[in-house]
Amino acid sequence: MTNLFNYIERKSPVHDLTGATKLVCLMLWSFAAMTTYDTRLLLTLSVGGILLFVVGKIRVKDVSFMLGFTLVFLVLNTILLYVFSPHHGTEVYGTCTYLWGTSGRYAPTLEQAFFQFNYILKYFATIPIVLLFVTTTNPSEFAASLNKIGVSYSVAYSVALALRYIPDVQKQYHEISQASQARGIELSKKASLVQRLKSASAILVPLILTSMDRIEIISNAMELRGFGKNKKRTWYMARPFRVTDYASMLICALLLCTSIYLNHLNGGRFYNPFR
Amino acid sequence: MCYNIVAMEEKVLEFKNFGFQYRAQAKPTLYDINFQIKKGEKVLIAGPSGCGKSTLVHCMNGLIPFSYKGEMTGSLVIGKKESREQSLFDISHLVGTVLQDSDAQFVGMTVAEDLAFALENDCIPQADMKKRVQEVADMVDLKEVMHHAPGELSGGQKQRVSVGGVLVDDVDLLLFDEPLANLDPATGKQAIELIDEMQKQTGAAVIIIEHRLEDVLHRPVDRVVLMNEGRIVVDTTPDELLSGKYLAEVGVREPLYITALKYAGVQITPELHPSSLPDLMLTDQHKEAVRNWFHAHRKPAKEVTEETLLDVKDISFTYEKMQRKTLRDISVQIKKGEMVAIVGTNGAGKSTFSKVVCGMEQESEGEIHFAGEDFTELSIKERAEHVGYVMQNPNQMISKVMIREEVALGLETRGVPEEEIGRRVDEALKICGLWTMRNWPISALSYGQKKRVTIASILVLQPSMIILDEPTAGQDYRHYTDIMEFLEKINRQGITIVMITHDMHLMLEYAGRGIVFSKGQIIADRSCAEILTDAEIVKAASLKETSLYLLALACGIEDGTAFVQGFIDYEREFVRKHDQSI
Amino acid sequence: MKKFSVKTIVATGIGAALFFVLGRFVAIPSPVPNTNISIQYGLLAFIAAVFGPIAGLLAGLIGHFFIDFSYGWGVWWSWVIASAVFGCMMGFITGRLKIDEGEFDSKAIINFNVGQVVAHVLAWVVVAPTLDILIYSEPANKVYLQGVTGAVVNIITTAIVGTLLCIAYAKAIPKKGSLTEEN
Repeated sequence: MTNLFNYIERKSPVHDLTGATKLVCLMLWSFAAMTTYDTRLLLTLSVGGILLFVVGKIRVKDVSFMLGFTLVFLVLNTILLYVFSPHHGTEVYGTCTYLWGTSGRYAPTLEQAFFQFNYILKYFATIPIVLLFVTTTNPSEFAASLNKIGVSYSVAYSVALALRYIPDVQKQYHEISQASQARGIELSKKASLVQRLKSASAILVPLILTSMDRIEIISNAMELRGFGKNKKRTWYMARPFRVTDYASMLICALLLCTSIYLNHLNGGRFYNPFR
Repeated sequence: MCYNIVAMEEKVLEFKNFGFQYRAQAKPTLYDINFQIKKGEKVLIAGPSGCGKSTLVHCMNGLIPFSYKGEMTGSLVIGKKESREQSLFDISHLVGTVLQDSDAQFVGMTVAEDLAFALENDCIPQADMKKRVQEVADMVDLKEVMHHAPGELSGGQKQRVSVGGVLVDDVDLLLFDEPLANLDPATGKQAIELIDEMQKQTGAAVIIIEHRLEDVLHRPVDRVVLMNEGRIVVDTTPDELLSGKYLAEVGVREPLYITALKYAGVQITPELHPSSLPDLMLTDQHKEAVRNWFHAHRKPAKEVTEETLLDVKDISFTYEKMQRKTLRDISVQIKKGEMVAIVGTNGAGKSTFSKVVCGMEQESEGEIHFAGEDFTELSIKERAEHVGYVMQNPNQMISKVMIREEVALGLETRGVPEEEIGRRVDEALKICGLWTMRNWPISALSYGQKKRVTIASILVLQPSMIILDEPTAGQDYRHYTDIMEFLEKINRQGITIVMITHDMHLMLEYAGRGIVFSKGQIIADRSCAEILTDAEIVKAASLKETSLYLLALACGIEDGTAFVQGFIDYEREFVRKHDQSI
Repeated sequence: MKKFSVKTIVATGIGAALFFVLGRFVAIPSPVPNTNISIQYGLLAFIAAVFGPIAGLLAGLIGHFFIDFSYGWGVWWSWVIASAVFGCMMGFITGRLKIDEGEFDSKAIINFNVGQVVAHVLAWVVVAPTLDILIYSEPANKVYLQGVTGAVVNIITTAIVGTLLCIAYAKAIPKKGSLTEEN
């Protein structure tokens, strides 16, 4: 169950980076991708991400499940984008080139097509990196990493506790919902929304009340073992930075700088080939 | 013994005229507590639920007064200073606590991290930490599973992690809060051995809080402190304790072999050395008395009805992602009106079997018939009207605020007319002895009463069979007897009862038959006395041979199984009926 | 109770775990992407009301972050932040309630529900769409529709699930009363 987030233990340069480095890189990389709509940079990031996938020895097969979700999500969002704002592209790029000569609200324009292409690219610029992070970072190291990059250890430990107890909570939810089903409480699609929510509450109440007891026992257990004694704490799973760690962070920082610089250069977030 | 050599004069902890009252409570929980623990001593604190044991534990590990507020009177010295003049963290270096709930105590993501937890909080540099963790892992024998998550460990291993996590700190006093509560008999035995071994290795004082006296006495203890209603009743050696009347007075169960000896008319005295069965100093006269009693009370086996209620044929089941089958070719019949125990280690398939019967999991092959009806096509909800399932922890089943609402829930979701709901709920409440409390909120009930509410909420659907998962887990003798007698009562009213349990006393005393699961298969299906006297089955199912059997052997009775059966029958016939009439 | 004690840290962790499990395994997807019929907000409102704004903020942040993470579609920061904002707001608005002392009367129910409506509107109609526009340059009408739908659904779920949880928890706290047995 440690594998909830699909951590895959392999030997690779990406695995060798510390969790803290990967977290910083993930942040810098996604901010770089967030800030810009510059097609060239997004392309670079997408290709770069896919290359890193190879470096990290992660195969498509390993992440196909998650990739499936993402694609569905992406397709839905892209369609919606078009349904709601078929002329978002023309507003953004300031020109309007109808394809196939037709005009009207839903007539396709070159600008819209280009915008949507960029929109999809934006996903592709971040998805591989997120998947890579998920598959190459040992969850055990995650909390230590957060603390290392400056998050207080209390918060970092909350994260660790969440990761630790997710499987337990999940198991308990499953058991409670089975027992409730036996008593006829169902979350079936036939029932009305309000009825369904009431049924959900009937399952949730025992789950929450037992969780409240658990919170008390765990906090006692932690205090009895000295949690919260000092301003700092050390971590069993922490690893020291090495040259590759610094180098990776530097490269990702440069990517973010490039992104900001391109914003300045393009006079906005968009790279506009139409002017 | 080694603790006599250790400097006995050094006190680790001392209560003097100590009392405690929680802020929100009207009366004190502890009164006039006076006792001390010396270095290297091993003390058992026993007493029924609500006697103040848990509060005493909280006082000794510092949660009182630092986490739970209230008024302390008298003095409690831990180490060299008054507890209230120290901090919780100071105390945590002196006293290590192993909690009852080893899942809650396991806060790390893996074994190694959890062992390191206290060291991390002490800012120990990583290199030293790894070394210390390795040492402790050697001590508690966890080297093989250092990188395993809690979900991948057995109950016994989790408890070893808890013990290890406390040992990293080199404490003077180890406090075990109900260490046997969640373990099967064999693992419990190992836990008691582990505690003994750790004490010898570290020289720390040990306090064990338990009400399962017989199991703790598997290894010697120096003293037993018996508590009741917030006071210490007696503080003496186990031999003295077992020779007196104290246990019966406060409702803590004495070891079964002692009970058997008493039935046979043997006078228990400290000279007999009654605290340890292997060291029992029985004279030939005593043995003779036991043999005579046995022959006087030998009985033929009782009859069973022949109408089959549940008929399971060749069931197999595999959880997704699992290689091995969780259940393999299970075939079993349960007759109408039976009271059956299902036993076996964790992961042997007991719970999975019940879930398959109740439709919560779908079998991959095989047939289930219930009262002649094909069960395989019915949904969970439909099966629940024939077979009810009661979870171990009643808190996991209760979703309403008021007793009536809770009991009525299953009928409401089935659209039963209002009037009939009222009638059936009343009936279920009466059977379960909750009638007088019918308009109370559930929060006002004790654990045992909550258990009855969950049983009532199942009974209201009028099943002809109920399956209970560990019906008495964590209960003291009085509550245990309450629950079990209640189950016997509804059994007499014609409801077939199947109990999944680790508790050997329970199966011996109440179940007519035991079904033993091991590695997804049924390895035995016969009388409980036969099961608990068969060394091979006992081992495979992680049970423990009952001390009655060993007593029989010690007294030269060849047919130990018959002796055990005789004891049970005797209790059923004379002792329990007698109790009920009072 | 509402300071950042060890108990709050644990409540945050367990709260996030619950939020995750409910959001990941119990949610029923609605036709609008990013918007689920998510009962986890009822839970988050409850956690925030009992343990305060910091626990609410972090449980929302961590829980939602993990949900996005486990799907692998990248972290949709605007919505993660909106969850955190909701948890935090709820903690502030319900700051004077004493659910953990067993008090949750009709006045408290009104406070809780007015609070959750305000917090949801702020989170989903103001924060999330605005961040969507800022971060992802999404078209305004799309994100506002998503936001409004989300807010409406979440308000309904919180009103039912959150309120019921608070009532059940408050009632479960043992209080000294004069219960008498009836015949």
